[in-house]
Amino acid sequence: MTIEAKPTNGARSRLDPEAMPRRDFLGLTAWWSAAAALLFGFLGSMRLPKAAVLPSPSKKFKITLPASLASGQAYVPAGRSAAIYKEGMQVYAVSTICTHLGCIVKATDSGFDCPCHGSKFAKDGAVLKGPAPKGLPWIEVKHLGGDNFLIDEGKSVAAGTTVTV
Amino acid sequence: MNQAAEKPNATEPPASARFIENLKAFPNRLADTMFRTGRPQSDRTRATFVFGNVFLHLHSVRTHQWSLRWSTTWGLGIATASCFFILLLTGVLLMFYYKPYPEVAYLSIKDIHFVVPTGRFMRNIHRWSGNMMVVLVLLHMARAFYTAAYRAPREFNWLIGMALLVMTLGLSFTGYLLPWDQLAYWAITIGANIAQSPREVTDALGITEWFDVGGLQKLILLGSEDVGEEALIRFYLLHVMILPLAVVLLMAVHFWRIRKDGGMTRPADAEKRLGSRVDGVYPVFTAAPEKTYSLAAIVKGRTAAVGEGPEWTLPSMPHLMFAEAAVFMLTIALSVILALFLDAPLKEVANPAVPENPAKAPWYFLGLQELVAHSAFMGGIGIPSIVLIGLALIPYLDRETEGTGNWFGGPGGGPLVFRSVIVGLAAVVALEALVIRFGWLRQWWPATPQLVVTLLNPGTLLTVLYAWYSLWCLRRFDSTRAGALALFTCFVCGFIVLTVIGTYFRGPNWDFYWSPSQWPGH
Ligand code: HEM
Ligand code: FES
Repeated sequence: MTIEAKPTNGARSRLDPEAMPRRDFLGLTAWWSAAAALLFGFLGSMRLPKAAVLPSPSKKFKITLPASLASGQAYVPAGRSAAIYKEGMQVYAVSTICTHLGCIVKATDSGFDCPCHGSKFAKDGAVLKGPAPKGLPWIEVKHLGGDNFLIDEGKSVAAGTTVTV
Repeated sequence: MNQAAEKPNATEPPASARFIENLKAFPNRLADTMFRTGRPQSDRTRATFVFGNVFLHLHSVRTHQWSLRWSTTWGLGIATASCFFILLLTGVLLMFYYKPYPEVAYLSIKDIHFVVPTGRFMRNIHRWSGNMMVVLVLLHMARAFYTAAYRAPREFNWLIGMALLVMTLGLSFTGYLLPWDQLAYWAITIGANIAQSPREVTDALGITEWFDVGGLQKLILLGSEDVGEEALIRFYLLHVMILPLAVVLLMAVHFWRIRKDGGMTRPADAEKRLGSRVDGVYPVFTAAPEKTYSLAAIVKGRTAAVGEGPEWTLPSMPHLMFAEAAVFMLTIALSVILALFLDAPLKEVANPAVPENPAKAPWYFLGLQELVAHSAFMGGIGIPSIVLIGLALIPYLDRETEGTGNWFGGPGGGPLVFRSVIVGLAAVVALEALVIRFGWLRQWWPATPQLVVTLLNPGTLLTVLYAWYSLWCLRRFDSTRAGALALFTCFVCGFIVLTVIGTYFRGPNWDFYWSPSQWPGH
């Protein structure tokens, strides 16, 4: 004896094959949730190598400008990557880290030359030649009185910012 | 003594004599037990020798004669792998003394170089086989490309190979920092800032504040803003653990896939071209297998070898094994000779305040440095990514069959490659000459916006020229393979010329000099 499946309008009969077999559905769900869990676990653990505290040495330092420093001549303290200028009563500092790929530029009579890929900069840091994508940033100078100044290489300021002595 | 008398076999010698006898037989027994199924003396034991050994079973038991011809592979893959093993061994030896901490690292390398017994020799071998590995992996890739060995069913193995190429370059890049001398410090500073160079684009678009991939990449690579102790320990970890492990894993997959993909690629008419069979030496398989149908159900391929023996194959032991051993010995010999006559460089200790002038990366990156000297992003990230993606797509775009397994096979063939060499060389030399003589956009119009400088520089122009020429070849021969042959050849020429210029013709301030003797004193 055969049993006739009576198709009721709209609703699927128990006897029709399922659109997606339940087992397949559960199996796929299991695989994808396992994959998602692994992915998020991996991304989460990748937070570890991204340092929260940067162990760079302090970038603040004090200088005393030599009295003999001529106007428009760069003063580069040993071991630091900043050039300090005194023009009349105005003092300002320009970073000497090349904006191209981070070499230390050399102060010349006309501005700065980078030894690595030949970028050239003017005294105010503007790019004159080469691959550097932007000018050398100006950095913060604080007047401590007399010829003493506090320079912070880590803080850049808008180009043209000077300190009046 | 009565125990001995009770023994059923009265002729057996006494225990002391047996002991001596067993001792004498020990070396032979050891060898027998080592080979598990006996020594490889018959075709059968030669087969079990290979598949019964955990290391050797990456090979198939029999090897096609075509694969054994030198001109099929030039042994380049095995030579690359040999370099890797030499590097593992010498690297582990160097680790006995190396200390990954700034300044101390430099002193320990100095010790290795001047004090440690054989230290300089091991360091030299490590340095030169590292260089050789880079050359060999590039040559090996070129071989796989020019013989169209990336085609079905080997597409995926080509991708595994690309991953190995990237790992190989990564190994040499991370190793370059470890001596902590001026050369190392400034090359890695430049490298890390290349990782940061997407900022060149995000800055120009003004979106760096929200979307700073460049900064993130540099931060993760260095663990800090500058190359310092954090960077050194990260590079050390990558160099001695992460990358070697990855290479070993990938190499296992690479070799396994070669076996499973049916051995080396060979032309359809390989058998005809091999000429007469080498009968007699080690006879090729003669007896037809009695059963193939059970295998036919699981082996992929168009033609089932029904009723045929695996003709034109030789037992891998000894034929393939001896060839591999020969390549291995040659590679060792070459790196030892180099190490005897050339010392690995060691400059002054790293000084973050004074860059080397010129500061040069390892030679195989100097082509990139030449491009980077126009735009950090395009030269260091943009164009290399385009090249890598292009290489990865080759097997999926070229699905033709003409010329598979033949050197320079495919429409156009050798003459097309020859013409592409000329076009490739002419384009790069002309462009470089123009740039060196007359400069580029920024010298002509200093106010050119950065985005224009990034997009329109000698590197991108060269890429477009090459792409245009290869599209023209693709149309002309009506074949993707012809286009690929042209493009690959052009890029090889570009790479070589730029590398040579970067290595020999660039001096202080990255200015052009005909020879280092003209460099201004500094
Ligand atoms: C660490 C790096 C690598 C090692 C140790 C290595 C090793 C090998 C070896 C031993 C072979 C056997 C045949 C021969 O010697 O040529 C081979 C074949 C092959 N390799 Fe590599 N390889 C490396 C990287 C690459 C790269 C960069 C590519 C391409 C992107 C590549 C693609 C291939 C292909 C397609 C084959 C099959 C060739 C054929 O069937 O004729 N491999 N590799
Ligand atoms: S780092 Fe200054 S020009 Fe490249």
